[in-house]
Amino acid sequence: MQLGQGRANLWETLKSKYAIFLVLVVLFIICSLLNSNFLTWRNLTNISRQISVTTILAFGETILIISGLLDLSSGAVMAFSGTLSVMCYKAMGDTYVSMIVAILVAIAIAVFCNALNALMVTTFRAPAFIVTLAMQAMARGAALFLTAGQNVYQIGNYTVLGQGSIWIIPIPILFMIFFFLITRYILSDTRLGRSLYAIGGNEAAANASGIAVNKVKTMAYLVNGVMVGMAAVLFMSRVNAGLPNGAIGYETEALTTAIIGGTSFTGGIGTAGGTIVGAFIIGFLNNIMNLTSVNSYIQQIIKGAIIALAVMYDIYAKNQRTRKKMGNIEDKAKK
Amino acid sequence: MQTDIKLEVRNISKSFPGVKALDHISFKVRRGTTHVLCGENGAGKSTLMKIINGIYKPDEGEILLDGQPVKIDNPIHARSLGISMIFQELSFVPEMTVAENIFLGRWPMDRFRRVDKAEMFRQTQALMEREGLHYSPYEQLKNLSVSDIQMLEIIKAVSNNPRIIIMDEPTSAITDKEIEKLFDMIRMLKERGACVIYISHKMDEIFRIADDITVLRDGTMVDSRPASELDVDETIALMVGRRMENKYPWEDVPKGDVLLDVKHFSSAGVFNDINFHIRAGEIVGFAGLMGAGRTEVVRALFGLDPSDGGEVFIKGRKKQRLTVQGNIADGLVMLSEDRRRYGLVPIRSVLENVSLANLKKFIYKGRLHRREERDAVAEQCRRMNVKTSSLETTVEALSGGNQQKVVLAKWMEVDPDVLLMDEPTRGIDVGAKFEIYKLMIALARKGKALLMVSSELPELLGMCDRIYVLCQGRITGELSREQFSAEQIMHYAIGTDKA
Repeated sequence: MQLGQGRANLWETLKSKYAIFLVLVVLFIICSLLNSNFLTWRNLTNISRQISVTTILAFGETILIISGLLDLSSGAVMAFSGTLSVMCYKAMGDTYVSMIVAILVAIAIAVFCNALNALMVTTFRAPAFIVTLAMQAMARGAALFLTAGQNVYQIGNYTVLGQGSIWIIPIPILFMIFFFLITRYILSDTRLGRSLYAIGGNEAAANASGIAVNKVKTMAYLVNGVMVGMAAVLFMSRVNAGLPNGAIGYETEALTTAIIGGTSFTGGIGTAGGTIVGAFIIGFLNNIMNLTSVNSYIQQIIKGAIIALAVMYDIYAKNQRTRKKMGNIEDKAKK
Repeated sequence: MQTDIKLEVRNISKSFPGVKALDHISFKVRRGTTHVLCGENGAGKSTLMKIINGIYKPDEGEILLDGQPVKIDNPIHARSLGISMIFQELSFVPEMTVAENIFLGRWPMDRFRRVDKAEMFRQTQALMEREGLHYSPYEQLKNLSVSDIQMLEIIKAVSNNPRIIIMDEPTSAITDKEIEKLFDMIRMLKERGACVIYISHKMDEIFRIADDITVLRDGTMVDSRPASELDVDETIALMVGRRMENKYPWEDVPKGDVLLDVKHFSSAGVFNDINFHIRAGEIVGFAGLMGAGRTEVVRALFGLDPSDGGEVFIKGRKKQRLTVQGNIADGLVMLSEDRRRYGLVPIRSVLENVSLANLKKFIYKGRLHRREERDAVAEQCRRMNVKTSSLETTVEALSGGNQQKVVLAKWMEVDPDVLLMDEPTRGIDVGAKFEIYKLMIALARKGKALLMVSSELPELLGMCDRIYVLCQGRITGELSREQFSAEQIMHYAIGTDKA
């Protein structure tokens, strides 16, 4: 093996690896210049708190997309597990114990839904897209059935989780950071992480290399379940109610975040860092458009365009790699 | 203007970021001849052909057709100039029928601009009959074998009635019988005055059909001569830039215990009553024609495909169930014939690919020790002589030979006792082939048991201690090294049993 030729490609690596981070920095500077209210502690923590729930979902989606899966049910499962959690809390009274139980209930329900997703995807080899779409309908239906379609109000101290702060940092942000670290750890420092990349990159080869493909896929959904459950608690707590009709479209937001953060829709590529950068890009954009009073319909158009751009960039980058492959770059570089 | 030269390539250069893929290449293709282009993987053959076919634009130099300079914009333009290309990688739509694929993109239309299916199937039927292919135009491509599809690709290219036809390793996936058919076709094309540019590694083929030979090495043209002035050794020497001393580094390694013993192994409709064993230090070959069931036996043994009968003993211990994970744990691994599909995760790094099969070695308390992993992988890559700019390089960027070494490095990390190697040298260049042979011998010397499946008989004869021959899912013959004869193996392989 011959090393040392890496230098020449350093810029290439930087460009491909940190392009998204550069985008974020540039965006940050532009936003700061555009509006004097942007660069304030208050505004920045606000943005962070606003993105925290979808970002936690996005970490789950990142893990899934990397392994060639996805979850379209996370918004609905949030509604289901969140309302149940709130109901549980109300039934048990305003105590710390019931708060912990409520969190565990939310996580258990979300993990259960994702276990079903995993079962259908692995045992029955059904496409994740269809399976989780079905789960979306079921979970939403279950949430509405449980509450007879009514919102659950007067949830007492449950709101602390979504609205409180520890020292000066809002609790949802702490959870976002926590799940960021967890995701990063899973993806880069565990066997599960490597297996996820391998399965998403080439499932047949992963299987032929002795990776328990179904087990890994199931794990991916279970981890996603934990994140969806916690996101549900934070969401319900922030909106002061158990909303069976809440969190609609959150799965799309989460997917968008992951994609903008450089997670490749075709699997095998993506990082936790990329996803959180993607989350802040969306957060900054939303925020600056609000601060400069861009029409909210126009905002939607802009967001859609950004998703399209991100996907086109992903494909462009892939083509670049393929072209290099055809040119047999590395084989020549040795000379 | 009528000249003897149909196509001339003059001073073509092409660079990719950081690399000069082609450096002032010139050669001439005479009308009505077969011009063979050979060179190691990465020598620039495919790049050159893609320039002629209009996929790439050259940085400098020109292409002359019938003495006139032409600028070829894209493959469609190339086709209109009478240039047709058969790709190494098959480009078909699996869900479509044979006829739809043959006419892909140029379906016959009726007057309402609808695809005229009747006409399309009629023409395909006629074409099939003319070329002597047995399958129906209504068959879906996904139901055909790789070799059938490759033949289809060849016929499709020929059916355009091209003046120049480029074939990029057309025989890598077809059977000997079909190779004969292909060569007949090439002769017919030549009689029509068309030129064939033929890319291949296989020396025996090259000398059967070549009128002229051009050798490329590292993007430069080494030599271009009539085939009659060259011989195999000289051509190989030109390709690799040095004379290959020992083509096969076989040596008589002392044999030990039986490490793999397979008894009455069966899979309904695929293979039946397969019995064989491999000793420590032994290299055993599986010979046979395409479709004889060699790959199927190996895949089933490794646990990738189901089997429904027989007993398998690894190191004397009977296997209850054949699973990939169980086999790896017991020290039995398989190198797939299709390394891009079953061997590698192309978009991930060399590092991740090499450690993939034995990650648990680097896990302590659930945490991956990346430093240790890196050191081990670097060491393995050094031993395997993997040429890569860094361990972070994605595997898809490597040449075929280096990719195969990465797969081997992955399995070496597991430190297996039994290696099932299905076409270990397919599609890799002469130099890398030799390295793989040497590695096989080194493994045998360490007391490993090796099974080599190969479609190249010389390779089996050169490397194996014993050869089993398969035909229609059965073992029809077994030969020890003293008994090796290509004729005998062919007899067993086609089932004429003249033992």
